[in-house]
Amino acid sequence: MTALIAALAGSLVAAADGWPGAVVAGGVLVAGLGLARFVRRRVPAWAYCEREDDLLVRRGVLFSRLSVIPYGRMQFIDVTAGPVERSLGLATVRMHTAAAASDARIPGLDAEEAARLRDRLAELGEAKAAGL
Amino acid sequence: MTESADRRWHRLHPLSPVVSAGRVLIALLILLAPSLAAGRGAWDSLVQLVLVLVLALLGVVSWLVTRWRVEDDDLRIETGLFRRNSLRFPLKQVQAIDVVRPGLARLFGLSELRLRMAGSTREHARLAYLSAKEADRLRTQLLALAQGTIAEPARLDEERVLLTIPTPRLVASILLSRTGLAVGAFVGALVAAALWPGVASVALGGSTFVYVLGTATALWRRFNGEYRLTVAEAPDGLRLRSGLVATTAETIRPGRVQAVRMIEPLLWRPFGWCRLELDVAGRQRAKGEGASERRQLRAALPVGEHDLAQMLLERILPHAPTDRRPPPRRARFKSPLRYHYLSWARNDACVVTTSGRVARATDWVPLAKVQSLRRVQGPAQRRLRLVTIHLDTAGRNVHAVIRDRDTAEADSAFGELIELARRARQADSKS
Repeated sequence: MTALIAALAGSLVAAADGWPGAVVAGGVLVAGLGLARFVRRRVPAWAYCEREDDLLVRRGVLFSRLSVIPYGRMQFIDVTAGPVERSLGLATVRMHTAAAASDARIPGLDAEEAARLRDRLAELGEAKAAGL
Repeated sequence: MTESADRRWHRLHPLSPVVSAGRVLIALLILLAPSLAAGRGAWDSLVQLVLVLVLALLGVVSWLVTRWRVEDDDLRIETGLFRRNSLRFPLKQVQAIDVVRPGLARLFGLSELRLRMAGSTREHARLAYLSAKEADRLRTQLLALAQGTIAEPARLDEERVLLTIPTPRLVASILLSRTGLAVGAFVGALVAAALWPGVASVALGGSTFVYVLGTATALWRRFNGEYRLTVAEAPDGLRLRSGLVATTAETIRPGRVQAVRMIEPLLWRPFGWCRLELDVAGRQRAKGEGASERRQLRAALPVGEHDLAQMLLERILPHAPTDRRPPPRRARFKSPLRYHYLSWARNDACVVTTSGRVARATDWVPLAKVQSLRRVQGPAQRRLRLVTIHLDTAGRNVHAVIRDRDTAEADSAFGELIELARRARQADSKS
């Protein structure tokens, strides 16, 4: 899809500009393909798992990160949806603890799943809350 | 002190507007002095005089509308003339209480009381200013309430002094720090400028002056903040007192230390000195504090020998783990500068890690304070089969990083740490 758009944009530039345009078009096409590959690998790498005491969030292809956030440590949970996300019926859930470094997020969830996750995390957070 | 007397609304000390406006007034006086001295009369400086009056009036109004009282387990402060602001600070969440006395406040015998709260709320409980006696009384009372022991607040003199920093050593340590060396280099450049005017004056532009002023301020603040620092142990927490002109007295509640860091700069190594810093929750920041100072934590030991640091550490975090294991040899390809300093150890209650490129930094994090854990592997690390584990805490900037460990070792340690942190957390919230 991204590659298709890139190719289309490239050919438009080429049609307008002759051979320098073709070089630009080639560049755009390669960049588009690269981006498509990047997105295709990045999205499935994002995963989360609700365990008994904590939430695991995994992400990243080149830099792989695995965060473990105990329910008792969650201070608040954000659900945000930008205009693009909203038009596709998606939302991002963001977890915050008292530590600034540990803010984990799960993007691209179904709006319903996001709401369910938010309520469940809030509930578990309340049940297992621990002081600082 | 009866119950009814305690629940009354109190005002701040009547002299507080004078002290609060003190700096501005002094600055204005300096501005006014030349025009007054030149004998141009008061008319020219009418604008400035009006400004002073307006400032004074604002200060008095702000004093008039501010009041505070202790309500059960909360401290309430009401302030604001047009926009009434009613602040409620739950004492259970107090991490530390500071009594700050700027130079001018000391002249009038006043103190400012600051409550450091957990969480990232911008509002800090500030009572500026109270009379010194009242501030001390209120501090012990609030600490007792925070602890939940209403019975008998700890007396101010009921403490055991652990250490005091000798001034010559403090001066030496500051001169041997990065800022101290920068000043030394500048003085050297000045001498050079005096000897060969043509060459060096190019290097010493006008902008250098601003930089030097900033550095000198930083040096002074550090010296003042750590002058005759005394650490004492009391039933209501760890007490840190210091200051030459402006003095501060902090009380950190027991069990509220999120992390401890020990730093050994390269230049201090011949003397065997180190610096011990404490990290407490809540992003507290004083006025006019720069970015570098924000990163700089409160030192429990600005400079001292290893034995002293070890003694202090045992007071704060008993049962710290010792036998530290180095990383696999191939980690030197990933972190060539850090390699020699990397190591970590753990026991059931605490994790210790060491790192650093030039200065060695050792971080202790109690597992009961761990907020979240992260396992990170970058591309270079994947090729070398290395993994880094982060333990995040609620402190300002210390968090333990177990850097560049063998994948198998790190994975098993990661699983163990999650479980240990869970147990420590549960034990902590029960007690």
